[in-house]
Amino acid sequence: MDIATQAIEGGFADPVFNAQTVFRAVMDAMARPGTLQPLPAFARPPAPLSATAGAIALALCDNDTPLWLDPVLQAPAAVKSWLGFHTGAPLANTPADAHFALIATPAEMMALDGFSQGTQDYPDRSTTLILQVGDLVSGAPLLLEGPGIERTASIAPAQMPRHFVEQWKQNNQRFPRGVDIVLATPDGVTCLPRTTRIKTMEA
Amino acid sequence: MRGQEARDQVERKAAMATLAQSTGDDIVRLWNEAGLPSEAELLRGPETGLVTVRGRIGGGGAPFNVGEATVTRATVRLASGQVGHCYTLGRDKQKARLAAIADALWQDPALRPEVETRIIAPLQAALASARERRRAETAATKVDFFTMVRGED
Amino acid sequence: MYVAVKGGEAAIANAHSLLADRRRGDRSVPALRLDQIVEQLALGVDRVMSEGSLYDRELAALAIVQARGDMIEAIFLVRAYRTTLPRFGYTNAIDTGAMLVERRVSATYKDLPGGQLLGPTFDYTHRLLDPELATGGDIAEPLQRASEAEAMPRVSAILAREGLIEPDGDMPQDHVPGDITREPLEFPMTRDIRLQALSRGDEGFLLALGYSTQRGYARNHPFVGEVRIGEVELELDVPELPFPVPLGSVRVTECQMVNQFKGSAKAPPQFTRGYGLVFGQSERKAMAMALCDRALRATEFGEDVVAAAQDEEFVISHSDNVQATGFVEHLKLPHYVDFQAELDLVRRMRAEHDARENSGKAEEKREAAE
Repeated sequence: MDIATQAIEGGFADPVFNAQTVFRAVMDAMARPGTLQPLPAFARPPAPLSATAGAIALALCDNDTPLWLDPVLQAPAAVKSWLGFHTGAPLANTPADAHFALIATPAEMMALDGFSQGTQDYPDRSTTLILQVGDLVSGAPLLLEGPGIERTASIAPAQMPRHFVEQWKQNNQRFPRGVDIVLATPDGVTCLPRTTRIKTMEA
Repeated sequence: MRGQEARDQVERKAAMATLAQSTGDDIVRLWNEAGLPSEAELLRGPETGLVTVRGRIGGGGAPFNVGEATVTRATVRLASGQVGHCYTLGRDKQKARLAAIADALWQDPALRPEVETRIIAPLQAALASARERRRAETAATKVDFFTMVRGED
Repeated sequence: MYVAVKGGEAAIANAHSLLADRRRGDRSVPALRLDQIVEQLALGVDRVMSEGSLYDRELAALAIVQARGDMIEAIFLVRAYRTTLPRFGYTNAIDTGAMLVERRVSATYKDLPGGQLLGPTFDYTHRLLDPELATGGDIAEPLQRASEAEAMPRVSAILAREGLIEPDGDMPQDHVPGDITREPLEFPMTRDIRLQALSRGDEGFLLALGYSTQRGYARNHPFVGEVRIGEVELELDVPELPFPVPLGSVRVTECQMVNQFKGSAKAPPQFTRGYGLVFGQSERKAMAMALCDRALRATEFGEDVVAAAQDEEFVISHSDNVQATGFVEHLKLPHYVDFQAELDLVRRMRAEHDARENSGKAEEKREAAE
């Protein structure tokens, strides 16, 4: 299949309702950090962009949201043209200009503070990071607490960034600035908003 | 080959410009007369949105945003695999769909002459004559200055 | 005490159906069709497109009917509609030099390439009401004059050859044009953002400000270098095509105002410029916009800011008639609780005032008695 065909296929079959369903799932996941909100495979993006991450990009990105891709996603032309055709989002020149970042290999990603952190007046202008992870059980366990979590929640996402717990603590300290993270798994979506704290696990 | 590709792009863009400038009614009428296929798989749209129109400060300086305009777009694929696009001012979805099909048909070398002669050329002729009439009507309001000669010398 | 008040639902519903009835008016009079408005009230449609900041004739005509001809209400409707649409992108900047010109006049040069084309203007009409229009008689086709297509460079380009006029306005190399539909206004602002705000600004407000500069409040010696009206083509860069896609044409009015400038510490004596560009045929608005643009550049030229038209915060914050009407008209909505509090306050102040007066008088009496 040539790039031109890959670029235009695999968008939402029902743009309005699919986008609303994905938006609802991401919103619920943000409101209840650590819960998995299931999502059917609405989108069929070119590899290595995953179906879940692709659907989230289609729901959230448009012409006004510069997008940053990690090197693995930047490499194939098909991913860029697929996102371009379906969302119209321009590619950000630097991670600090991005409203959204798509990251296929979180384990190799750059530091969280390299992305836009927002400003004290407009903390909403920070980058929202969409990380593709294989599952929520095979990685290092993270105990979560904060708004939207009654007591604690626990997830163990695979392939998370290096020194993630330490980086997240620094992200918390930048509040109200700081990034938010959306974890895209094959089954659905889980979020770590900047208000969520990671409790260090007792050894 | 590169030269041919560049020429094709110029011609394709010109055909798209003609379709975008023409009215939906004119396109539908010519389409029916030509008997071209009007079925195609819709890959996107037809959907209406906005573009922000940009001007330049002082006419030729830095760009600035003037205001918005409605635009309707469609992307279609023919059974033969050709993909066609259309973006056009306004909210005429039927026009956007047909113009996208025309763009797809145009890319098929076997069908291009038919699309050119039956659709694009007549539209182009109508646009050119409308433009010419407009220019001639405006030209009739051109001021001819007469210099009055005073005194003798 | 705060008492929540509910009610009026039936009254509101009935008011809306009464509005629909009055909008339609006498049923024995044929209902207006949108194409009649587009064709015969074209300049009203243009004003709604320009200040509604949305180029779509049929929508503007619909808004005018729905608003019963109340232009600001129609503009409000168009602004509300545009928020429901996704944005596909920003067009490439239009080239007014390549315009299919329908009118073009210059007050600074008599003989300029392309000539003076009066077009469909109200100028030189006698402003006498024409009873024949009321009877809907036939109108003759306009005359045509065969002519070669002639290039019509902008007048600014002609003055530029002598080096006596400032160049077209530039911005730093990597400057992305600001967009007031995306970012909140911040002062001071760059000229590109000001022009966007002015282009959708209220015609009457900008006209009055422009007039004020002529009457001496920030006088800047303007000449109309050129006004041109006509159609320009739009193109949009899209990811799926290797060339900018043509969208069709829009009609715009452009005004190049040329202003004498005696020079300052920052710049030598030369002509400076104000620029106006608006949707549709609207010469008055484009000229007023150009006057305001020039006045608002006072600081740039080291001029003293002494008048309203030069005050960026004042002009830009108050030029939007949708915002203005919203804030003024909200005053008629129920303020029962606010007013109750004010009433209590005024009663208390009045009681204190009266008490002071009385004790003052008692004092005077006592002093007089002593």
